[in-house]
Amino acid sequence: MNPYDLPGIDIAWCPGCGNFSILKTVKDTLAGLDIPQNQVVYVSGIGQAAKIPQYVNASYFNGLHGRALPVATAIKMSNPGLTVIAEGGDGDMYGEGGNHFIHTIRRNPDIAHFVHNNMVYGLTKGQASPTTPVGMKTPVQINGVTNEPFNPIAVALALDAPFIARAYSADIAQLKDILRQAILFKGYALVDILHPCVTFNKLNTYQWYKENTYYLDSSHDPSDRQKAFGIAVAGGKLALGVIYRHEGKPTLTDNLHVYRETRDPLYLRKPDRKKLGEIIRSKSE
Amino acid sequence: MPGINVDNEISIVLSGEAGQGIQTVEIILTHILKNSGFHVFATKEYMSRVRGGSNSTEIRVSSARVDSYTDRIDLLVALDPDITRLSGRIGKDTLVVGDASKIGKGYNIVDTVFEKLAEPLGSAVYSNIIAVGALLALFGIGTTPLEEYIRKRFGAKSEDILDKNFQAAKIGNTLGTKWRGEGTVGIGFSPRDGLADEILVSGAEAVGLGALAGGCNFVSSYPMSPGSSVLHVLASLSNDFPLIVEQAEDEIAAINMGIGAWYAGARAMVTTSGGGFALMSEGVSLAGMVESPMVIHIGQRPGPATGLPTRTEQGDLDLAMFAGHGDFARAIYAPGSLADAYSLAALAFDTADKYQIPVFILTDQYFLDSYYNIKPFDPKTGMTEPYLEKTDEDYKRYRLTPGGISPRGIPGYGDGFVRADSDEHDEEGRITESAEVRRKMVEKRHARLGPLSENAIPPELIGPSGYETLIVGWGSTRNIVRETLEKLARPKLAFAHFKQVCPLPPSALDILERAKKLILVENNAAGQFGALLRRNHGIEFDHKILQSDGFPFSPENLAVRLEEIIGKGGGK
Repeated sequence: MNPYDLPGIDIAWCPGCGNFSILKTVKDTLAGLDIPQNQVVYVSGIGQAAKIPQYVNASYFNGLHGRALPVATAIKMSNPGLTVIAEGGDGDMYGEGGNHFIHTIRRNPDIAHFVHNNMVYGLTKGQASPTTPVGMKTPVQINGVTNEPFNPIAVALALDAPFIARAYSADIAQLKDILRQAILFKGYALVDILHPCVTFNKLNTYQWYKENTYYLDSSHDPSDRQKAFGIAVAGGKLALGVIYRHEGKPTLTDNLHVYRETRDPLYLRKPDRKKLGEIIRSKSE
Repeated sequence: MPGINVDNEISIVLSGEAGQGIQTVEIILTHILKNSGFHVFATKEYMSRVRGGSNSTEIRVSSARVDSYTDRIDLLVALDPDITRLSGRIGKDTLVVGDASKIGKGYNIVDTVFEKLAEPLGSAVYSNIIAVGALLALFGIGTTPLEEYIRKRFGAKSEDILDKNFQAAKIGNTLGTKWRGEGTVGIGFSPRDGLADEILVSGAEAVGLGALAGGCNFVSSYPMSPGSSVLHVLASLSNDFPLIVEQAEDEIAAINMGIGAWYAGARAMVTTSGGGFALMSEGVSLAGMVESPMVIHIGQRPGPATGLPTRTEQGDLDLAMFAGHGDFARAIYAPGSLADAYSLAALAFDTADKYQIPVFILTDQYFLDSYYNIKPFDPKTGMTEPYLEKTDEDYKRYRLTPGGISPRGIPGYGDGFVRADSDEHDEEGRITESAEVRRKMVEKRHARLGPLSENAIPPELIGPSGYETLIVGWGSTRNIVRETLEKLARPKLAFAHFKQVCPLPPSALDILERAKKLILVENNAAGQFGALLRRNHGIEFDHKILQSDGFPFSPENLAVRLEEIIGKGGGK
């Protein structure tokens, strides 16, 4: 049995939802890594995808809609030894949490960021998400979506996110390989995971993804940012795989003064009373 | 030649445009005067601009402790001749030092053009050191302490610049010595021993140092005046302490980071102002639900919306009290003195950790920007152990306990898993919609209200214990009301200062109920604390003294308004 499995739980997703294969693959990926289970922390916001920590046997912080990234960043800053995964849906991470998405990339915390992108809102029942294709009709966008869809890959590239990948929920082997690379990557790692919503998205179906995606082959050089941009903004089929890798970029905790001499987490640090006394006394001068 | 004589205390106001260096004058003057044996108080008011405008700093120098703003100006040093904005505070006894040709008629002016005096030095930038030299000479202080101070503070500058500053100090000293000799300014009090070891800190520094004493090691904030002054204080110390300072992309991120940091074992705070805090409301509610400690400092300024960005008000009590959807416990501290600010900031971390709730520290622009000399803070204050539990495999984050507080584990410390959930959850932290679990969890979160209230800080009673009329106030008005009380010297008039405004300890009500007449004093328009006392405790005020023009009360205007209620002179 996978130690990350939770037996006997009631899962709130619809039958056939792409989230199931993502859940299973994430758990299998974690089980295959040499990480103590008590050092793994899941952080999520709100939405159907954001329920995923509920179904994984690990620590989690299931916070507010859109706010997984600031929480995940602070957890990593406070205890760099933890393996931190922020996970949620496209509305959660790119809509409500859009500003955090931008600035988290700029900070470059060593966290993995998995976004279940089904191009529609599920929990609130079928409204457009930031990634919904133009033209799709919803209960709110009754004449079809007109807003330009959010392109997470291009935005992440613009901010030089050091690991950017796109995966597809139904291709388990490739998904597992990409998730594994993302968790092991030192720095912020985005995996935009395409998956169908069988209830609310009648356009981007299993069949649609099959016909409209392709895998990058070995000729793709992920260190080439300009080529990666070309892939990110190209029309037509969506590229799958690791699109961009920028190795060796200092991470947020590398840059924190507090970890220059020791990597001890903050909970092991005591207030320096002697130093505080000196600072207080210096205010007499 | 006009002149002034003061017996025990002098109120000096420096006015100038932003960028003219009056802050430098203020810092040097207060430090040297304090170290020479004078009690000092300083506060500033400034316009919301980086250059130009009209700003002023008040420095009170006294033979006794002084810790409050006063309207009175004895000596006005006008580095900028436009003093019309201060005219309401300039009395017949006020002596104005400045350019008589530009200031205009109707003032007692000692014609002095500092920029002209600086001409031999080649630049008007030395005007402010000339002013410092002159002002120090009024107290019989020569150029040596000033030269030492300049060397210490500006030592990195070139010898030429240091030398010009020393020359400026001498020019100023000559001028001030002349004023002293001719009786233009007569200071009738002498320095005393024992102040050299006292510290001079602002409200912002007191909050920041108190937070460090409370074990703060993580601060995430988005800049907003005046709350960011505490962010600056902590940032300046972040290479000396295990302290992470993160400038967030917005206030929403700031508070969510703070809660994430607590979850991982840090002791976190955010510092902001009312407008920034408005964005943090969801985070306060999150802390309530996940039972996370959180420390929130709000430096209040007048609202609504952008309001008066650089002015003061006590208008955000309601906001702090009611921010966040749903029912959950919180505590709100409101320091009235620098000592309060230090000890309450430290205590905020302990209370937050002990009760697993959001705790507020409410200050305001006046409080944060004011400073005076006090005995050094005790660095051992707030020395409590974090309330953390090493988890085992059976750990449940929300285990039901008699007092409602579950031992707080953090991920990675022990073998257990720590599950925090913003949805209603069971003992393990998993989503539930069970009405039975919901009832138990609501009870659990509310059970801490009792002990939180019983252990709340009672109001400080200032004045006669046999009072009949009681003034009620909170936060930054403490020292102003106290000075007013001393000025009025009524045997039956006292002041109850609330350092904790939520929840109130049961004893607070006894103090209020003993009074025959209650007068509310608040630096806001609606009397928010008064409304809270009425709503929660049925306390009715006979009179309300409110002010919301962006400025603090003064002992002068407060005395007048109190006398309108209690009558002039003598009696009760």
